Amino acid sequence: MTKFSDLTRLPDARGHFGPYGGRFVSETLSFALEELEKAYRDLRDDPDFQAEFDRDLATYVGRPSPLYHAERWSSQLGGAQIWLKREDLNHTGAHKVNNTIGQALLAKKSGKPRVIAETGAGQHGVATATVAARLGLTCEVYMGAEDVERQKLNVYRMRLLGANVIPVESGSRTLKDAMNEALRDWVTNVDDTFYIIGTVAGPHPYPMLVRDFNAVVGREAREQSLAQIGRLPDALIACVGGGSNAMGLFYPFVEDEDVAMYGVEAGGDGVETGRHAAPLTANAPRGVLHGNRTYLMSDEAGQITDTHSISAGLDYPGVGPEHALWKDVGRVQYVAANDDKVLEAFRELTRLEGIMPALESAHALAYAKVLAPTLRPDQHIVVNLSGRGDKDILTVAKIDGVDI
Amino acid sequence: MNRIDQRFAALKEQGRTALIPYITAGDPAPAHTVGFMHALVEAGADIIELGVPFSDPMADGPVIQKACERALAHGTRLADVFAMVREFRRDDAETPVVLMGYLNPIERFGYQRFADEAAEAGVDGVLAVDMPPEEADEIAPLFKARGLQAIFLVAPTTSRSRAATICDHGEGYLYYVSLKGVTGAATLDVDAVDRQLGGLRELTRLPLCVGFGIRDGATAAAVGRVADGVIVGSALVSRIAEGAEAPEAIPDALKRVLGEMRQALDA
Repeated sequence: MTKFSDLTRLPDARGHFGPYGGRFVSETLSFALEELEKAYRDLRDDPDFQAEFDRDLATYVGRPSPLYHAERWSSQLGGAQIWLKREDLNHTGAHKVNNTIGQALLAKKSGKPRVIAETGAGQHGVATATVAARLGLTCEVYMGAEDVERQKLNVYRMRLLGANVIPVESGSRTLKDAMNEALRDWVTNVDDTFYIIGTVAGPHPYPMLVRDFNAVVGREAREQSLAQIGRLPDALIACVGGGSNAMGLFYPFVEDEDVAMYGVEAGGDGVETGRHAAPLTANAPRGVLHGNRTYLMSDEAGQITDTHSISAGLDYPGVGPEHALWKDVGRVQYVAANDDKVLEAFRELTRLEGIMPALESAHALAYAKVLAPTLRPDQHIVVNLSGRGDKDILTVAKIDGVDI
Repeated sequence: MNRIDQRFAALKEQGRTALIPYITAGDPAPAHTVGFMHALVEAGADIIELGVPFSDPMADGPVIQKACERALAHGTRLADVFAMVREFRRDDAETPVVLMGYLNPIERFGYQRFADEAAEAGVDGVLAVDMPPEEADEIAPLFKARGLQAIFLVAPTTSRSRAATICDHGEGYLYYVSLKGVTGAATLDVDAVDRQLGGLRELTRLPLCVGFGIRDGATAAAVGRVADGVIVGSALVSRIAEGAEAPEAIPDALKRVLGEMRQALDA
């Protein structure tokens, strides 16, 4: 029993994490969400379901993912030892697949022949298209038109996997607009469609079930730390857009008071410029979007404001409601990394360790560069390397002025 | 008595069906909205649903999405919407006005301040589409204290137990969503609506009004035979979109569309 024990008992029966979360949806979806919650609560404690999930994670995803000691980078930074949780090595190249495997099993149990998803960087879309291909489900992925442009490789990957990628032209043409359109699809086709949400946001029970499916990351990291470091790490770092990879890593450590946690949001051009996607760091006001109450970037009139980030996957004005609560109670410190520092970390890890991180994950690395030198060499930081950077090569080449 | 209750009591006495038009405030520009509201009343509106524009209208189809965009391009805010209602009330003290929209603008405005200013402006009811009764704990008492009625949606997918909860919390009227989909979507099935309304009548004495899919006199009349009210949105908002370049002609266009529905309902 520690002062953070209560946090592991959330959400409450109505899907609230303190003042956050909930189920703010139009009435047509209420029944589908109640149905999903019931199906999940039944299956969560079903040993057969857990065994099937674990087997898929082992033989299809390739879990456990290694915990890698980045010795060369650590010694260059001249402080704490940095360990990378290698979610980039998962099948499809990111942590996102942990959740889509879980939700696809739920979709299969529900008997619905069609799945839909929203995607930003395309990693969740690819992970959804992948499990849909494997289970023979029809798959449609909504993606902001701007993201379709900056993530062409993932778009074509999804098409090769048999998914229909639908560019969304409304609003800011990014992740939030893709989610609006996916919700409109779901409300229309709710009878035969399962909505695979890709992050720990959305209406209850999504924040809970996406967290639970990703918590395998933190459970493994905890065991691996004990085995490889001989104790728990001093700090955890993960990037936060909606916050699913951070939630997955942090959740199993919530009660370990001595483990500091840092969630790194997209600072864009800098939080002070207003061109960012860092609602927690910027202390954005409380608001309601996409089915939950959370810290939300909106103007004084309550209109959602445009976000900016070099990484499509973090380009979102809200954040998972459980993160919002963790900020308020002080369990996690939320900070931001700006685009320029992110690129620097991207290049540094690639050159020093031969590991090319996703631009999303490079936000966590950028903060590791800040934190590590403030700690001693006998201290340890685990960074969630949530995805690999192949998808970002075109973006970085463009910044370098190279036409591929 | 609230204007909405008064209106339904009068309609019941006359044996008439309520006609409830929706337009988005500030579309195509804020200066036109009050004129449109009066035009709707002239054409036979019993209650006006006035949309509060939102940047991310998740439950709406393209027609109302674009209406929000046009209104937001002119910076239409809640404060402006209240000003429109105040101006409308100078000439019309009787027609109930319901604000319809999404919760976030209300959250940012502040629940208490919203309830106070809405009531002072002459608003009678509020329907926030992404606020089911379970999430209305905090705001409902504030509405009640200011005489604002909280209007909720019921959908074809709503279970009987949920419907009972919604009926317990609902005031004014129940907004029955005729089909699975967004606003402005395909055709509704009147027989299915009739069956669902039958189930709801066992649970509540609130008037049952039906929206989504009502496009013309014929659909209005068909729904009017089974419902206490018909709600029409996209069919009117498309006229506003078509007339956006020459807005002075829009009131007549709105009157034609709504007038046809009024005639069909009263026939």
